[in-house]
Amino acid sequence: MGRRIAYGFLILSVTPILVGYSWLVIATFSFRTEGLLPRNAEGGIGGFTLSNWSFVTDAAIWNAMLNSFLIAVTMVIGVGVASTAGGYALSRFKFAGRKAFLTGTLVLHAFKAEMLLIAIFFVLRWLGGIPVIGSFIGFNSVGGVALVMIALELPLGIWLMKGFFDNLPWDMERAALIDGASRFRVWWQIMLPQVRPGLAALSLFTFIAGWNAYLVPFTFTIGTKVANMPVFLSQLISDTAPTNWNLVAAVGMFQMIPLIIFFIFTQELLLNIYAGGSKGT
Amino acid sequence: MRVELDSLSKAWDGVVGADNITLDIADGDLVAFLGPSGCGKTTTLLMVAGIYKPTGGTISFDGRVVNEVAPKDRGIGMVFQSYALYPHMTVFGNISYPLRLKKLDKEEIRRRVGQVADMMGIGDLLDRRIAQLSGGQQQRVSLGRALVKEPQLLLFDEPLSNLDARLRLAMRGEIKRLQNELGITSIYVTHDQIEAMTMADRIAVMSKGVLQAYDVPEALYDQPKTLFVAGFVGNPPMNFFDVEITSTNGDFHAKSEALDLLLPHDRAVKAAASAKGKVIMGVRPEDVFLVDDAAPPAADLTLTAEIEVVEPLGREDLLGVSVGDAHMRVLVKKSQGASVGDMVGFVFDLSKVQFFDPETEQSLLWA
Repeated sequence: MGRRIAYGFLILSVTPILVGYSWLVIATFSFRTEGLLPRNAEGGIGGFTLSNWSFVTDAAIWNAMLNSFLIAVTMVIGVGVASTAGGYALSRFKFAGRKAFLTGTLVLHAFKAEMLLIAIFFVLRWLGGIPVIGSFIGFNSVGGVALVMIALELPLGIWLMKGFFDNLPWDMERAALIDGASRFRVWWQIMLPQVRPGLAALSLFTFIAGWNAYLVPFTFTIGTKVANMPVFLSQLISDTAPTNWNLVAAVGMFQMIPLIIFFIFTQELLLNIYAGGSKGT
Repeated sequence: MRVELDSLSKAWDGVVGADNITLDIADGDLVAFLGPSGCGKTTTLLMVAGIYKPTGGTISFDGRVVNEVAPKDRGIGMVFQSYALYPHMTVFGNISYPLRLKKLDKEEIRRRVGQVADMMGIGDLLDRRIAQLSGGQQQRVSLGRALVKEPQLLLFDEPLSNLDARLRLAMRGEIKRLQNELGITSIYVTHDQIEAMTMADRIAVMSKGVLQAYDVPEALYDQPKTLFVAGFVGNPPMNFFDVEITSTNGDFHAKSEALDLLLPHDRAVKAAASAKGKVIMGVRPEDVFLVDDAAPPAADLTLTAEIEVVEPLGREDLLGVSVGDAHMRVLVKKSQGASVGDMVGFVFDLSKVQFFDPETEQSLLWA
C-alpha cells in the first residue's frame, strides 16, 4: 500500500514533465498540434512531416552547435583548471587574505549575472582592443563568452573542489613530499587523482551550464557568427512575424540530442557522483 | 645517522605544540617518542621530517643543521598511522614512487622494489591495487615504500595503531628486527608504552609539548624522574599516596590517615631532606603483596584495607583497594583467592618506593 502511494506520488509529480517532453517530440514531427494531438492541414488527426527538421541541412545551425560546443568545452577546461588549483591552494595553504577571498567568492556568487551585464560589456570591449588575442576573447567572440561564463561558474567550482580537497588526509601529501615530490607534483600526481569524482561532477555541471548558456551569449554576441544553440533558437521567435513553434520544438530537440547521448553513456558514473561517494573510483 | 634536536620548539599563534625539546639520538638507535595524544610527539616528528618548520631551535643530522632542508632532501623514510598509500596506484606503483621521482632506470627500480617487497613478504602482491589489501599488508607496503629509497633515518608515526592486537604484536617484532638488521636510525612515535618499552633503545616521554624524560626503558621504569613519567610508564599504573614523612629515633615513617609505614633508610633520607614533610609516595602494583597469615610481618610494614574490585587478568588478578581517600591497584597471584569486600592485609616492597615533590612533581630520589 505504502508502495502504491509512493508510486502514485511519483507518477503525479513527473506527469507535467512527461507531457511536456511528449509534446516536444510529437510537435517536431507534426504539421501542427492541438494539445498532444497532431493535426494535418484539414484538421484531421495525422499530418506527420519531417519538414520541421529541414534545418539540419542549414549551415547556420551547425555553426551554432559548434559554438555551443566550443563554449562548453572551453568552460569545462577553464573552470576545471582554475577550480582544482584554487581549491587546492585554499584547502592547504595559509596566506594573507585567504579568509577574505573565501567569503568574497561566496558573496560574488550571490550576484546574478544580469546585474553585471553592462559592466562586463565594457570589460569585453576593452579586452577586444588588445592586439592579436583581442579578437579571441573580446566582445562578440566565443572566447569572450566562455571567459565571462567561466568567471561566473568559478565561485561554485572553487568551493566545490576545496571541499573535496579538505576531505583528503594530510598524511598522503606528507608521504609524497618525503618521497621526493615537489608541491606541484604532489598536486598533479597524488591529490588530483583522489578528487576525480568531484572534478567529474564539476565538469558535468559546467558543460551543461555552457551548453545551455543563453543570457551571456545573447548579450555579448551580434548576429549569427558566434551565436550558440540557445541564441539561435531565440532568433527563430520573432515579434513581427508568426513563429513556427513546431520548428522551435525541433531545434530545441536537436539541442538536447548530444546531452541525451551523453547521459545515456555516463549514467552509471553520474549515479555514483550524485550518490556523493568517492566509491566510484 | 646521528640526530640532534636542540631547544626545538613549535607554536601556532600562541598554541605550543613542542616546547624546547633537546635530545640526541645515536647512530643506529631506535628512539621512541612516548606520550598521550596531543603531547607534541607527532609535531616533533614532523619537524624532523621537514613538514613543519620549527619556530625555534635546530635539528641536526650528523652535525649538519637541516632546518631549511626540504623533506625530500633529508634522506628520510616515513611510515604513517593511516599508511598514507596512494590509492590510485598499485603496490608496485607505491613502492617504486620514490625511485621513479629520482629518475632511476627501469631495471634498477624493478630490482630494488622486488628486493624490498621480498623482504616485507609482499612480493606476490605487487600488481594489486591498494584497496584490495588488508590493513597489515598495507602497512607492509607503507614500510616498503619508506625503505626502498635506503633512508638514513626512519620515522614512524604510530604505525601499528590501526592494526588488530595480534597483528600489532607480530609487526612490532618485525619492525624491531628489520631496524636491527638494517641499522637505520629510527624515531618511533607511539602512545603505547609497551611498544615503546619493547622496541626502543631509548624513550623520550613527552607531555604537553615538554620533554619529561629521555632515558633507557629500564631507567624510566625503575627511576622515574617526574611524577608524570612514573604515572605514565607502567601498566597498570603506579599507585600514589599523599603522605607525610616523619622521623623518630632515626626511623622514618610515611604517614597519612590510612597509612603508617616504616620506610627503608636510604630512600627515606632523601625524601625527608628535600621536602617540607609532605610528599607523594609511589608504589607499583606489583610491589604490593597480600600478607601471608602464617608469617605476618611487623605491624608497621602492613596495611589493612577492603577489596573493592577484582579484575581477573588471566595469569593474575588486579585488585582495586580503597586506602582512605586514595585508591590502590594491586597485582596478586590468581591462587590467592581474594574476593570483593574482604578486609585483607597488604605488605609493601618499600625498597622500590618512589617519592615526588607535590609542587614541582620532580622525583626526590633521582634528581
